[in-house]
Amino acid sequence: MSEDLLVRAKNLNVKFVSRDATVHAVNGVDFQLAQREVLCILGESGSGKSVTLRAIMGLNPRGKTVVEGELNVCGQDVVGASEAQMSQLRGRQVAMIFQEPMTALDPVFTIGRQIAETIVRHESISYKDALARALDLLELVQIPSAKRRLEAYPHELSGGLRQRAMIAIALSCKPKLLLADEPTTALDATVQIQILLLLRRLQQELGMGVIFVTHDLGVAGEIADRIAVMYAGRFVEEGPVRDVMRAPLHPYAQGLLGATVHAGLRGKRLTTIPGAPPDLRAIAPGCSFAPRCAMVEAACRADLPNLRSPEPGRSARCIHVNEAA
Amino acid sequence: MFRYILRRIAYAIPIALSVSVVCFLLVHIAPGDPIDSIIPPDTPREVVEQVRKDYGLDKPLPVQYAVWLSRVVQGDLGRSIATRRLVAGDLILAARKTFVLAITAALLGFAVGILLGSTAAFYKGTWIDKACVAFAVAGVSIPHYWLGMVMVIFFSVLMNVFPAMGAGPGDWVWDREHLQYLVLPAITLACIPAGLLTRTVRGIVSEILSQDFVTTLRGKGLRNRTLALHIVKNGAPTILAVMGLQLGYLMGGSILVETIFSWPGTGSMLNAAIFRRDIPVIQGATLVLAMFFVMLNLIVDIMQTMIDPRIVRK
Repeated sequence: MSEDLLVRAKNLNVKFVSRDATVHAVNGVDFQLAQREVLCILGESGSGKSVTLRAIMGLNPRGKTVVEGELNVCGQDVVGASEAQMSQLRGRQVAMIFQEPMTALDPVFTIGRQIAETIVRHESISYKDALARALDLLELVQIPSAKRRLEAYPHELSGGLRQRAMIAIALSCKPKLLLADEPTTALDATVQIQILLLLRRLQQELGMGVIFVTHDLGVAGEIADRIAVMYAGRFVEEGPVRDVMRAPLHPYAQGLLGATVHAGLRGKRLTTIPGAPPDLRAIAPGCSFAPRCAMVEAACRADLPNLRSPEPGRSARCIHVNEAA
Repeated sequence: MFRYILRRIAYAIPIALSVSVVCFLLVHIAPGDPIDSIIPPDTPREVVEQVRKDYGLDKPLPVQYAVWLSRVVQGDLGRSIATRRLVAGDLILAARKTFVLAITAALLGFAVGILLGSTAAFYKGTWIDKACVAFAVAGVSIPHYWLGMVMVIFFSVLMNVFPAMGAGPGDWVWDREHLQYLVLPAITLACIPAGLLTRTVRGIVSEILSQDFVTTLRGKGLRNRTLALHIVKNGAPTILAVMGLQLGYLMGGSILVETIFSWPGTGSMLNAAIFRRDIPVIQGATLVLAMFFVMLNLIVDIMQTMIDPRIVRK
């Protein structure tokens, strides 16, 4: 069973240690990702979603990051892995696309070269054959006049094309797992939709598992099978996309939904969540959302609520949620 | 790309011409009459005027410039007022010696600077980084005339392992006998470029390492040597510019070090010529060194455009 899982995280903690302070970015996250599954991690800036994603590939800054707990990716234990073991995993089994396609590509190498070098690294194949594969990949991600773009440098492409090229790099070795760190945030609205549709199509065609990090509920609803809502480094709610979108359990998830424009809110005013996210340098006991929560009780501040599961496949960290019998 | 290079070469021509005007005029702006230095003060007026006429110093400046320039482009830099020898011939000999010293010091300095700079960047914030930075500060701060003298006292006078002065007998040859003369001046001269390069490379490499695309590259699982290639290609344009300037300074600016070690290069030659007000030598040497600068800048510019695609196509 566990062999089929792409990602298994158990009590995952990520801390950034410096001389001045220790930032607790991820605090005890549990989740699993099955083959071909699309999980969306939803949360605001600083909630630890990108850090969780980078931890899966071991890409958080070396020397400053402490990762604890269990994290198994494609059968490889990531927490104790050496840099050499990780570089075998990266690019081949797990690939990542980033928010800013402008800065995430090397400005002085051609697109073709940046795709081909990944293929050459992981497969015994000549550079020339790798370039031919790169051309196929550019066509796969629907870049017009792909042959010419192979010779192009990143600054010669538009934002949308750059993100497509980024996706082509990520897919170059047919990874089993694709990590997407807000890949549509920096793009125009019309381009966003195109990229999302492309990602969904590729995910289905290639049968990849995807973890998609975003703060945009609309994007999450478009692509995800399951949604996890993250707050202050913890998963506060997790469940199938339809259920979470229709009836969120956790007050924070409810607040997020109330603050976003979507069809269910037609005719109603948008609401806001008062206050700001907590300082991750000093985590208070109890529920991290308590200071901003309208339904707060004394018990919320005393202890961290357990994950409660009202029905199979759903869970939330809130004392107001009733555990199914 | 080819057109850009042609255009860049075309730009170099007016630059070179203005440099020649400045070289020519500098001597005339400086106080003192060159004639005074070659004839005794009690010479009759007519003789002074005759000498002045022989050297063409009585004509108006623009004419003097035109005559001078037309000779210069034919490779004739005139005769030295002090020694009556052809300037061009002496200059070529001296420049060859300076070139040996400058290239050796540059290669040494660049190698040390690049090594320490990139090491410091990779270990930023650790004691290794701090040691490299301390070396860099020392390298650029220690006056090289002082360092040169200390080296002479220590290695030549006290330990007697390297000769204190000169460039060896006869023409320069890359053999053991001549190389021992090169050691002390080359190390002395390499200190400043080594320090500067350490600081520059450290800054550039650590800036590149903090960029998003490095995370992408690591995320592709690339080996360290492929990663290093990316860092080199991104950092090279800026570092080349610094290296080009430094090599230019070394070619022209080693007057102090050449004087201390009596290295018979352009630095010593210029130094002697300035004290004798030997105008043709000053003009010739300055011009050659300035042209060398212009050439170096041109080469660096062309290399930068070949490395960084964003420069041409903008």
